[in-house]
Amino acid sequence: MEKARVDLPPKGGFSFDLCRRNEMLTKKGLQLPGFRKTGTTIVGLIFEDGVILGADTRATEGPIVADKNCEKIHYMAPNIYCCGAGTAADTEAVTDMVSSQLQLHRYATRRESRVITALTLLKSHLFSYQGHVSAALVLGGVDITGPHLHTVYPHGSTDTLPFATMGSGSLAAMAVFESKYKEGLTREDGIQLVGEAICSGIFNDLGSGSNVDVCVITKGKTDYLRNHQLPNPRTYISSRGYSFDRGHTEVLSTKITPLKLKAEVVENDAMEE
Amino acid sequence: MALRGDWVYENNGGTCVAIAGADYTVVAADTRLSVGYSIYTREFSKICTLADKCVLASSGFQGDMKALQKNLCARHLIYQHQQNKKMSCPAMAQHLSNTLYYKRFFPYYTFNILGGLDNEGKGCVYTYDAVGSYERVGYSCQGTGGTLIMPVLDNQLKSPSPLLLAARDAVTPLSESEAVDLVKDVFASATERDIYTGDKLEIIIVNAAGIRREFIDLRKD
Repeated sequence: MEKARVDLPPKGGFSFDLCRRNEMLTKKGLQLPGFRKTGTTIVGLIFEDGVILGADTRATEGPIVADKNCEKIHYMAPNIYCCGAGTAADTEAVTDMVSSQLQLHRYATRRESRVITALTLLKSHLFSYQGHVSAALVLGGVDITGPHLHTVYPHGSTDTLPFATMGSGSLAAMAVFESKYKEGLTREDGIQLVGEAICSGIFNDLGSGSNVDVCVITKGKTDYLRNHQLPNPRTYISSRGYSFDRGHTEVLSTKITPLKLKAEVVENDAMEE
Repeated sequence: MALRGDWVYENNGGTCVAIAGADYTVVAADTRLSVGYSIYTREFSKICTLADKCVLASSGFQGDMKALQKNLCARHLIYQHQQNKKMSCPAMAQHLSNTLYYKRFFPYYTFNILGGLDNEGKGCVYTYDAVGSYERVGYSCQGTGGTLIMPVLDNQLKSPSPLLLAARDAVTPLSESEAVDLVKDVFASATERDIYTGDKLEIIIVNAAGIRREFIDLRKD
């Protein structure tokens, strides 16, 4: 007797169907398309009134800088922000997605979002994609239960920490934190320390660079300090300038095709009313 | 690449540029030595003065660069003892090509540019690949930022019709200070977009009066 086969609808998460095909193609010599990684320094710390997040602003494509001033601190909720390292598309997509889910949740529950809600949504999404969504995040915010800071890894594991760093510049930044962090920092000291840690990543890690972004989250108020520090101005600008006169590029041939017939307007007497 | 047990090379990054003028040559290189995503040092000279009218700039693996420089300096000393005169730039150019091809099957991982004044006192620039193929040109750039800089030099230095003026004679009509200004601007631009280029720029100007050295700061991030 034949059993009826029920085709269950796909439940989401990573579909392994095409993995064998991809392996076969790479064996045949196909180059898989590369993706832009942020090669980043991102940090977060908890101070006396809340959470401070920091990030550099360089996005790299291999050894080339693709964006000199990108935004790595993403909005999740009015009281929750998330820094992202790893593949730029992945961090953007996953933070946008969870941000929408949080907003719908806020409408349903009529309450301010909690940081652990964002955390659980992120980690379960990343785990179901088995690390193929390459997003390493520093999630921070202040909710009704107090200030929280978490790190989320691409495979879906999380840590809850008083200070955290992620990205290729994480070691340089962590060296600064381990050296100078203490509990109960004031707002100015906290911003100063975050700036120092990001600068350490900017100058010592080649994957990070350009400017420092800072985000200060406290109970009831969030300050997004975009380009809080600009420690890398362009060092030399030619005073001569560049001019491209006619003839600089050789014109080999010219062809003019009129697109519209020129209509000739003949002056007539005005229309009789 | 580094995962293979037998990979003995390393790319230390950096960019070199040289421009030949009517009676001068400008040779420039940044001073950053890096590996992977880290910086080893911010003050490493990639330029070596081989003779008083001949300057070598190399990017690539700096271990091989140091060995190559020592080799060339030693051979130059022997030449001076045997021939009772200093090596001219074209002679050094041929010699460098032979030295590189000598190690054809275990190459020096260096991308070289030789700049100086030829026997008539005109600026000359010779550009090499890793195994010694060389050509006399009016300007050249090598290294990680080379692909970013070359189109700008092509636009600013190439004569209006490349069909009329052969590359061999293409010394730029720019004056010495204009060429130096162009080199500084072009490096500042390459530093913006190449992570391996930065820190400081070392500029060497070779003219009839001798060799002059200049430094300017570049972005350190």
